[in-house]
Amino acid sequence: MSNKVIYAIYNDDDILMDAVKKTRAAHHHIEEVFTPFPVHGLDKAMGIAPTRLAICAFLYGCVGLAVATAMMNYIMIQDWPQDIGGKPSFSYIENMPAFVPIMFELTVFFAAHLMVITFYMRSKLWPFKDAENPDVRTTDDHFLMEVAVNDNEEELISFFQSTGAVEVKVIDKH
Amino acid sequence: MYTFSSKLKTLSFILMAVGILGIGYGFLTAPKDIQDVEKLLAAESHGGHGEAKHEGTTSAESSHEVAVGRGEASEDKKMVESTAVVSPIVDSTKVDTAKVIEETQVESVVKKEGHEVSEETEHKEHLNHVLHQLQNKPWSALYVACIFFMLVSLGVLVFYAIQQVAQAGWSPVLFRVMQGITAYLPVGSLIFFVILILCGLHLNHIFIWLDPEVVANDKLIANKSSYLNFPFWIVRAAIFLTGWSLYQYFSRKNCLAQDEANDDLNYKKNFKLSAMFLVFFIVSESIMSWDWIMSIDPHWFSTLFGWYVFSSFFVSAITTIALVTLYLKSRGFLEYVNTSHIHDLAKFMFGFSVFWTYLWFSQYMLIWYANIPEEVTYFITRIELYNLPFFGAVVMNFLFPLLILINTDFKRITWVLVMAGVVILAGHYIDFFNMIMPGTVGDRWFIGISEIASVLFFLGLFIYVVFTALTKSPLLAKRNPFIEESKHFHY
Repeated sequence: MSNKVIYAIYNDDDILMDAVKKTRAAHHHIEEVFTPFPVHGLDKAMGIAPTRLAICAFLYGCVGLAVATAMMNYIMIQDWPQDIGGKPSFSYIENMPAFVPIMFELTVFFAAHLMVITFYMRSKLWPFKDAENPDVRTTDDHFLMEVAVNDNEEELISFFQSTGAVEVKVIDKH
Repeated sequence: MYTFSSKLKTLSFILMAVGILGIGYGFLTAPKDIQDVEKLLAAESHGGHGEAKHEGTTSAESSHEVAVGRGEASEDKKMVESTAVVSPIVDSTKVDTAKVIEETQVESVVKKEGHEVSEETEHKEHLNHVLHQLQNKPWSALYVACIFFMLVSLGVLVFYAIQQVAQAGWSPVLFRVMQGITAYLPVGSLIFFVILILCGLHLNHIFIWLDPEVVANDKLIANKSSYLNFPFWIVRAAIFLTGWSLYQYFSRKNCLAQDEANDDLNYKKNFKLSAMFLVFFIVSESIMSWDWIMSIDPHWFSTLFGWYVFSSFFVSAITTIALVTLYLKSRGFLEYVNTSHIHDLAKFMFGFSVFWTYLWFSQYMLIWYANIPEEVTYFITRIELYNLPFFGAVVMNFLFPLLILINTDFKRITWVLVMAGVVILAGHYIDFFNMIMPGTVGDRWFIGISEIASVLFFLGLFIYVVFTALTKSPLLAKRNPFIEESKHFHY
């Protein structure tokens, strides 16, 4: 069974936004939109669910704080509580001000790095990944909307031509 | 145009009336002389508490054992031995760790020099010391509330000036709200200035360096007297308060003139005026924090204190803007203010809460880490005598806003913001309480009638002045070059 999609190509982000809204109103399912730069409000127009990356970052930060606290409590208080320059190492709380810079940095470190790695994993990015670019012009000055075709090829082509597309292509996807 | 709702006006009058009654009660119940204090202490000692306190000051060894934590014990013993030779002042602070209040220091110095002090005179000195603290209590309560509300409106003025100079595109719809809040500044300044003059007339002992007898017996303060002397101090205060109020007056005047003008001349005038004000402000703010807050502990100094004070009242100021805006919005007076404006204010509340914590911790940690006796007494007093307010302020001003305001959605919900705002404002009042009270009343502190009444009085006055000022001009600036952008601001 062939898997046909339509590539509707635009050369202006305002026209693209309008086209996305019209396509949504006509209940055609948008597979993907490729743009050379972030288009403000595109995710909302497409109806994409908000990202949960910030929630991840918060949780990772909590992990970092816990790691820092557990590490320093074990090393400085439990394992070998030396008297270093008269700092009180009887309990964690007594010597805590000295640990705060590290607690802070590790919280930020964990939150930032794990969030970035989460982002790479969720958006499937890595160094030797093959680029999934349907048209080289979309990285420069063109915008491309990909819509699946189900037996309504003629109707879709004329629909997208009416939305101001500079080019409408039907592609067989494997 | 805004109309002052009669309910709010009544509320402000009630707050002021209750406040005045409470303040009066505080002054009337303060002990008049040593006999009163003796009776008071006798009543306390039945519980065994006052006796222990007294024991603590007379016997250096016992107080030393009780007060000093086990980690510092060995170090502190050394300190007592070595500094006894070098500097009797530093020594005395270490010996009486239970009572490291400036006045005690001075008295202990005298004690040390005399060497043979009879039990009776010592008891008398102690009574006199407690008398000063108790007499200071209603004054300090008034002072803390007065400076807090005045600095909040000053903070709003600074935020306003920054918005002008930064040519912010989101905030012009809030300019009139900010101008309304800063209308309290001249009024608050006047009351504050009167209190400063009353301090200079020796009606209280808030600033011990204003007492010539103390200065004569205290080399450290005497060495600072070229800076800490009444005429210079009061002139500085007059210059700062006048300078701020002048900017407040002219910036509002230009803004109103801009409404009626055909060009942007008034806008440009305000831009330059705001830039000059910000330069004047940052210099005067730093000096103001030494004069009005740090000099309450004249033996102590800290370099980042000015910034610390600034961050405290600046975050309170932004919170106040947010609360007043939410109130006016809920009454339907701010047509163009949307949740995005509120969201921006909430982000500032969040960010500057963290900034305050950063400075609080930087000041605390540097002094705790190095533990130099002449600096660390400041925090020892606060941790031992003001434990709950001292660390409670960190919870209220950092932990609470951090966990509540970190969420984007929460920053747009009115009741969440009001709750966070009230906690932040209360937290920063306690922060000012922590800065001022230990040096004036020491371990005699309590958040009782005097303190609450003072806050209520200034809150009532604040509400009255601010909302009266809001009725005087339209709530939307007409011809501000950024007003269109601001009306359609969307985040």
